[in-house]
Amino acid sequence: MSGLLEVTDLRRYYKVRAGRGPFAAKALLRAVDGVSFRIEAGRTLGLVGESGCGKSTTGKLALGLIEPTSGTVNYAGAAMPPTGGLEWRALRRRIQMVYQDPLGALDRRLPVGAQIMEPLAIHGDATPAERRERAGAVMDSVGLQPHQVDRYPHELSGGQRQRVVLARALMTEPDLLICDEPISALDVSIQAQVVNLLLDLQDRLGIAYLFISHDLRVVRQVSHDVAVMYLGRIVEQGEAESLFARPAHPYTRALVSAIPTTGAGPRRERLLLQGDPPNPVNVPAGCTFHTRCPFATAQCRSEVPLLRTLDDGREVACHRVLESALQVAA
Amino acid sequence: MAVPLVALRGLTVDFENGGRTSRAVDGIDIEIAPGEAMGIVGESGSGKSVTWLAALGLLPGRARIGGSARIDGQELIGAPRRLLESVRGSRIAMIFQDPSSCLNPVHRIGWQLGEALKLHRGLSGAAVDAEALRLLDQVGIADARRRLSDYPHQLSGGLNQRVMIAMALAGGPDLLIADEPTTALDATIQAQILALLGSIRRDTGMAMVLISHDLGVVAENVDRVAVMYAGRLVEEALGADLFAGARHPYTQGLLAALPALTGPRRRLAAIPGTVPDPWNVPAGCRFAPRCPIAEKRCSTEPPPVHRVGLLHRAVCHRQVEAGFSVWSLPRAAE
Repeated sequence: MSGLLEVTDLRRYYKVRAGRGPFAAKALLRAVDGVSFRIEAGRTLGLVGESGCGKSTTGKLALGLIEPTSGTVNYAGAAMPPTGGLEWRALRRRIQMVYQDPLGALDRRLPVGAQIMEPLAIHGDATPAERRERAGAVMDSVGLQPHQVDRYPHELSGGQRQRVVLARALMTEPDLLICDEPISALDVSIQAQVVNLLLDLQDRLGIAYLFISHDLRVVRQVSHDVAVMYLGRIVEQGEAESLFARPAHPYTRALVSAIPTTGAGPRRERLLLQGDPPNPVNVPAGCTFHTRCPFATAQCRSEVPLLRTLDDGREVACHRVLESALQVAA
Repeated sequence: MAVPLVALRGLTVDFENGGRTSRAVDGIDIEIAPGEAMGIVGESGSGKSVTWLAALGLLPGRARIGGSARIDGQELIGAPRRLLESVRGSRIAMIFQDPSSCLNPVHRIGWQLGEALKLHRGLSGAAVDAEALRLLDQVGIADARRRLSDYPHQLSGGLNQRVMIAMALAGGPDLLIADEPTTALDATIQAQILALLGSIRRDTGMAMVLISHDLGVVAENVDRVAVMYAGRLVEEALGADLFAGARHPYTQGLLAALPALTGPRRRLAAIPGTVPDPWNVPAGCRFAPRCPIAEKRCSTEPPPVHRVGLLHRAVCHRQVEAGFSVWSLPRAAE
C-alpha cells in the first residue's frame, strides 16, 4: 500500500555567509538533510523538534512551496509537479497549509467570509452562490456562527481566527493538511478546542495531517506516528504512544523528560542536556547530537549514525541505542 | 503563615482607554513568605503580569492603581519614586519572557551587568568585573570572561536569559518575579533554565513568583499556586493539592484541557467560549458564562472566598466536592 504523501531522502541546502562583512566565507546551511517519511490517507504524522531543526522547512518542501535541493516528494503515487506550474496549482487544492499565527495568515481588510470563499474563486469553479453555500457549511463544521461571515479578523478572538484559517483550508476539500504550529499562539483552554476540532475533522472527512509542533503533549494527542528532528535529520520515528512511553534516542529521551508534568502519573526519567543546539551552519561531524549527548563515544564523533529499524518497527539513528547500558531503568 | 515578605491586599488596576475604563486587576490578595516559591497561573489577559508590574510601579501613567502592596510592611502603592527605585532590583527583581528584547543590543554584556552592580551595590572599578564574572559563573555560563565582552545578539536565547537572571541577582533581591521566563525558549533549554532557578533559590534562599500559562512549568517549580481568571484570583492552594484536587471549575478545566503524557488518549475537555474582554466583564462570577455548573446567582453575585482545605481557597458559589471534576459531567463535554 502506498502512502498519500511519500517523502524520500529530501534535502534542502541554503548558501549563507559564515561570518560578517562582504568578504566572509560562504557556507552551506543544511536546513533539511536527508529526510524520509510517509503519511497514509486519514492518518497524522507529528513532526517535532526545537527551533531551527528544519521542521517548518520540511513542511514547506512537502507542499512544494519550496523546491528541494535533492530528494523526491510523491503525492498519491505521482511525483510532485514543479513549483508554481499549472499542475502544481491544481494539486494545491488537495494539500492545504495552516500556520501558527492566524492574524498573520488572514487579510485584515477583508471580512472573514470573503477570505473563506477565496480558495474556490482561485481554483475557478463553483458559482458565487455555491461558494457561499459551501462556506456556510464549512464554517458550521469548524464551529463558527453564520453571522461571523461579515466580521473582520480583528473582531474575532484568537481561537475563532484559527477556525477561520481552518475553514479556508477546508474549502477545497483537501486530503492533506500541513499544520505548522497550529495551536502554539492560542491560550490553553482554546488549544483544547482546536485540538478536538482537528481530531473531529479527521474522523468525519478522513483528512491526513502533517502536524508540526514543538509541544510534545499535543503531538501525542493528535498523532498516529511521530518523527523527531534534530539539525535537519530525523533521529527517531515510530508509533506515537510507544515513542513517548519508551523514547529510544537520547535526544528524544531528553525532550520527553523536559516536558513539565502536573505531578500525577509515574516518575519519569530526568535527562537534562548541557548547552545549546549547535549552529546549523557548522554542524558537528559524526552524529550531530554528540556535542550534547551524555552517552557519546569516539564512534559518535566520527561516524554518522543511520536510521535503523528496531524490533518493534521503531526507526532510530543512534550508534548506541541497542547497548544495554543505555536502556532506561524501569 | 509566618510574617509575609510581600503582601498584596485588594490590589486593583484600571486602564483608561478612549473614555472607557477597563479593570485589568480586580482585588488581588496574595502573600509571599520569605524564601517561598509561588506560581501564578492564568491565560493571556488574566492580569497575572499586570498585578506585579503595578506593585513595582512599572505601569504607564494612564493606569490607576488601588489597594495595597507591601514589602516588609512598607507600602509601595503611591510611594515616592526614590523609595520604589531602592526596592526595584535590590529587594524585588523581575525577569521577562523575551530576554533578547530586555537587553540593550548596543552594549556589551559586561557593561550591562556592571551597570546593575554599580546601581544596586555601589561597586566600582575592578570589583565590578570580579562580581560580574562571579554572577555569570553562578548562572552557569561557561567561559564567562569571554562572554562579558560579547553583545546580546552573539548569545543564544537560553544564554541571554541566563544573563538576565544574572542581572536580576546583581542586587541580591529577596524576591525574584519571573514572568514567563521560559516561554520563548526551546524545551531542552527551558528545562535548563528552570533547573538553574531552582538551584539559585536553594543557594540564596530567595523567594520567587513564577508567572506562567503552563501548568506543568508551575507544578514542578513552586510550593504554592494561585490561579487567576479575568483579573481575579479564583483558586489558591499548595501545588500538590491544586493539581491533585482542584476545586474551582476553571482550574479543573485548565487541567482537563491538558493532553496526557501517559496512558490512553482521551478526548480533551475544552472550556467553551473565550475569556471576556476587560471592558465588558460579566457581573457576578466572571467565569459563569463558560462554567458548566453555573447557577442564577453566579451571573449576579460576586462569588465568596471559601476555605476548602489547609491553605486552600476557592472563589466559587458552588462548592465543588474534592475529587469531583465538573468537566466530567455529560453536558460539559464541549
